[in-house]
Amino acid sequence: MPVFNQSRGRMVQIIFAVVFLVIIGQLINLQLFSVKYKLAAENNAILRKVVYPDRGIIFDHKGRAILENTISYDLVVIPSETKGLDTASLCGLLNIDTAEYKKRIRDLIFKNGYVKPSVFEPLLTNEMFARLNENIYKFPGFSLTERSVRTYPYSAAGNVLGYIREVDTAYLRIHKDEGYQMGDYAGMTGLERYYEKVLMGQRGVKNFIRDNKSRIQGPYENGIYDTAAVAGKNIHTSLDVELQKLGEKLMTNKVGSIVAIDPQTGGILCMVSAPTYNPNYLTGSQNKRHLADLLLDPRLPLNNRGLTTRYAPGSTFKTVVGIIGLTEGVVDLNTSVVCPGYFTGCGTGKPKCLDRGVFQFTNAVAHSDNSYFSTVYKRLLEQNKFPSTDSAIAAFNVYANSFGLGHKLGVDLPFEKTGLIPTASNYYKEFGRKLFPCNLISNAIGQGKVETTLVQLANVMAIIANKGWYYTPHLVDSIEGGDEEGLLDGFKVKRHADSRIPESVFNSVQDGMQAVVEYGTAVRSKIPDIIMCGKTGTVENYAKVNGVMKKQPDHSFFGAFAPRDNPRIAIAVICENSDQGARVAAPIASLIVEKYLRDSIKGKERQAMVEDYTNRVYLPPVMRMAIAKQDSLRKLRENQQLLEQKLNKKESDEGTDEESIGEEPTEPGVTPAAPVKKIPQPKPLPKKKPDTTPAALTNDDRKYKRSAR
Amino acid sequence: MNNRNNTISQGVDWTIIWLYAILVGIGILCIFMVEYRIDSNWLQSFLGGKTNYSKQLIFAGFCAIVATFILLTDSKLFTAFANLLYALGILLMLATFVLGKNINGSKSWIPIGGGFNLQPAELCKIFTALALAKFISRQETDFSKLRSQLIAGLIAAAPALLSILQHELGLALVYSAFLIAMYREGLPAQILIVGSSFVILVVATLILDPDVLAISLTVIAALILLVLRKQAKKSKRLMMLVVGIWLLCVGTQRFVVPYIFNNVLECYQSTRIYSMVGKEYDCSQNKKSERKVGEKAARKPDDYNVRQSKIAIGSGGLTGRGFLKGTQTRGKYVPEQHTDFIFTSLGEAFGFIGCFVFLCIYLLLLFRIVKIAERQRSTFSRVYAYSVASILFFHIAVNVSMTIGLFPIVGIPLPLVSYGGSSLLTFTILIFVLLRLDADRQMVLR
Repeated sequence: MPVFNQSRGRMVQIIFAVVFLVIIGQLINLQLFSVKYKLAAENNAILRKVVYPDRGIIFDHKGRAILENTISYDLVVIPSETKGLDTASLCGLLNIDTAEYKKRIRDLIFKNGYVKPSVFEPLLTNEMFARLNENIYKFPGFSLTERSVRTYPYSAAGNVLGYIREVDTAYLRIHKDEGYQMGDYAGMTGLERYYEKVLMGQRGVKNFIRDNKSRIQGPYENGIYDTAAVAGKNIHTSLDVELQKLGEKLMTNKVGSIVAIDPQTGGILCMVSAPTYNPNYLTGSQNKRHLADLLLDPRLPLNNRGLTTRYAPGSTFKTVVGIIGLTEGVVDLNTSVVCPGYFTGCGTGKPKCLDRGVFQFTNAVAHSDNSYFSTVYKRLLEQNKFPSTDSAIAAFNVYANSFGLGHKLGVDLPFEKTGLIPTASNYYKEFGRKLFPCNLISNAIGQGKVETTLVQLANVMAIIANKGWYYTPHLVDSIEGGDEEGLLDGFKVKRHADSRIPESVFNSVQDGMQAVVEYGTAVRSKIPDIIMCGKTGTVENYAKVNGVMKKQPDHSFFGAFAPRDNPRIAIAVICENSDQGARVAAPIASLIVEKYLRDSIKGKERQAMVEDYTNRVYLPPVMRMAIAKQDSLRKLRENQQLLEQKLNKKESDEGTDEESIGEEPTEPGVTPAAPVKKIPQPKPLPKKKPDTTPAALTNDDRKYKRSAR
Repeated sequence: MNNRNNTISQGVDWTIIWLYAILVGIGILCIFMVEYRIDSNWLQSFLGGKTNYSKQLIFAGFCAIVATFILLTDSKLFTAFANLLYALGILLMLATFVLGKNINGSKSWIPIGGGFNLQPAELCKIFTALALAKFISRQETDFSKLRSQLIAGLIAAAPALLSILQHELGLALVYSAFLIAMYREGLPAQILIVGSSFVILVVATLILDPDVLAISLTVIAALILLVLRKQAKKSKRLMMLVVGIWLLCVGTQRFVVPYIFNNVLECYQSTRIYSMVGKEYDCSQNKKSERKVGEKAARKPDDYNVRQSKIAIGSGGLTGRGFLKGTQTRGKYVPEQHTDFIFTSLGEAFGFIGCFVFLCIYLLLLFRIVKIAERQRSTFSRVYAYSVASILFFHIAVNVSMTIGLFPIVGIPLPLVSYGGSSLLTFTILIFVLLRLDADRQMVLR
């Protein structure tokens, strides 16, 4: 028993103590001085779940909800809990085959993990929901969860109301300080976009504890850090949804737009853009496919032509020219101008005038005499008080701009175009530094370089109706719970056209415009017992077809307001590539006006007119060709796929060992054997002429074949 | 002295029993924290026997019975059966190679029916402690002799070697704890110093760039020679010694350590050790993994365990998140939290203060055992007591160190606290045999 080793007992204790001290040192380091572990722990375990409030509802003028929320159901699956599932019967209910089922489950596990709930089938249709809801107890791991989706009860005004989509990275980059994150929805077009901040409400946050597999375990700290979601504010618009629906009906199978404004308030009563689409197609389960269809449609149904397309206003612009001419005194009501078939002032024989004769102001408006207004315009630019044409143009533009032309009006919709009231500099390239009035003469009749949006044109009508003042055209009258962002402030300011214009001038123009409907160009659009003032417009236009500029059918324009005394509606209509203004746009406008003023169309004749114009088809030839091309391409693709399928079948019938893995995605159920066109209005498409452009098609065909491989 | 008083409390050290009970209690609470779910009725599940904490409670009850039996036995029994038990232990360990059941990749378990498995390596700790005590306490053993030291070392090394063959590195490491006991009995301190120096050198090799380490070692050697230049001039031997040590160090760092990682250790062990110091280990260098190319490729482990474990402990802060409020524990972020990483639940729930108190309890237990060891009259009891203290110490130090990132992850449970019947039973037997021996400290046992 070596006694000398006794001291080593102490030594052992010291060793123990030292090691424990080292451990405690590391604990101090970890627990007291390292903040990062606490952060890491929170990142690990706390799941911040954003609670989405309901978006605001959009009401029309009469308090009818035109865009609201509804509950839709998603079929949600937790892959780990689907053991012992009767796959075949579920697939039967969902109309998919088991291969598709397995593929989807595999994808979901890959994307979202094995134990987390993932959406198996989003946005079930009502019948699908009913079918599944009865049977859901049979399918372990599957459940139905609610989600709020947008719905358009009237299926109307898609171009105005807009739609919401999931935000993409570009959106996140632009709106980076607004708290969006991947998976959020935001308004992409229309009111949904413009009033995004108002409609979206305030998102709430709930904190949950989650486990290592991201399953939620319960609220964090009993929810003391949670914030509640605040629902989006409802907004009330000046739209009249019935008027909108009538407009959309009348514009069936046409390309163009209708904008009607209440001149007293500037509220937009309807804004039709044709062709339009059923906005509900962009909310359902197939919304992505539908959106793709719409985006690829050559008719560009997603455009809002009332606001984002610039048109040469044609003869409707003569009202403005006339007002300026009378104000400046270059003509008076008694000035007579002769129309020998063309305008004589420039010696070019242009512009032509159709009704030969002698015209004074009222008649010139009534019959839309090109000669007269060319004279007015030429005289305006030749006034002695101006040293040059340039300054005369500038003076003219001061007037024109005061009518809301040549700049954005500030309508509460995104992507508004400015239009163009040309300045001298717009012509330098063409005519050199020294301009002559004759260079610009076609502006007199609203052609040439003058371009307006349809809203601007409707606004001009409102100004004439009001004899010199207007409110900025807008859709939203009020926001429930107050307009905190001041979005509506600009719509409450009364704006005035140039103050030099006396009321008498407006009266004279109104006389002329009344004459247009009473006995002038638009006599057939007269509404019994309503005094409507209007102005037709027929715009020549050209389009590039196969590289050659070709004259297209005229654009049909009509601008009007009614009744003359105490006007309640100002309207502008365009129907592209249809006919003269008096033949298409004017009758459509008159029907809208009547509907608005009387709440219905009176008289058999007028009702027949509704049907007549609804059934007319005015598709621009360029679009017809594009559609025909698209259709024949699709047909080719279908044939190709059918062929491939047949080949595949043969192969599998022959019992080759090779699993056709490459072909698997093209399952027979998915192949659009008869793809349903998702455009709401089934347009009688022009006859398909697959043999007209064989060369072009084979080219594309070859391209397609390559990409199909 | 066969007419011993039969009241079992006679001479028993109650401090140890209290500390033992407290630790087992803490253990059950910790397991409860890990397994607890808000929606479950905890009282019911405590009694139900389905959950781990209720199982641990049952184990504890069983251990109490075993402990009572041990206290009722005669001390001489242990001396008498020490060698026999040791032989049995070795035999059992050999048997695992035949009967072994693969659990978590280590073939060290023998199924004994009823769903229970026996890990002979665990039991062997007790037997080895007894055998070592028996050997050193023999009258003819002179522990100052190298021969005796080698035999003692062999007694400890044999089960360790078998454990390595069973891929249980952690258990094998535990046997190095006996060095401390041997040190107390006269093992030269140099062995401990050299041993720990070697460990430090290995760690330094891992952390530092090989060239930097070589240069710094050279600089240190040069500095020593510079300081001792007068003595070195006089004695060639001193110079040779310094140069020799330098060569040894550099050699170790250059060749021995890479050899150990590439040829001795398994790929996953090397990876774990590297990941602990924040480095990646290239498994393609590992000869062992090369040999097993045909087998299932080892899943590449990363430092997930250590990271989560450090996060859980670190998030506890000074006072902790409170009982049952730890988010990491509730979220099951730390793998194996009820067994090897039980310390993390404590660290998260009770913070630094809780950890400090907990470690103090352990330290108190260790010091108490050392105190008991020193008051023994018989060498057998003393060596055994030191063995118990060393084993406990080694377990605690390694387990806690690995949860806080000071040591690579090896599967070593926290004594008395970690979930597991085998482990609890082993430590119970270890401690209560000690108490039995201590109760008879007046006797001289051989």
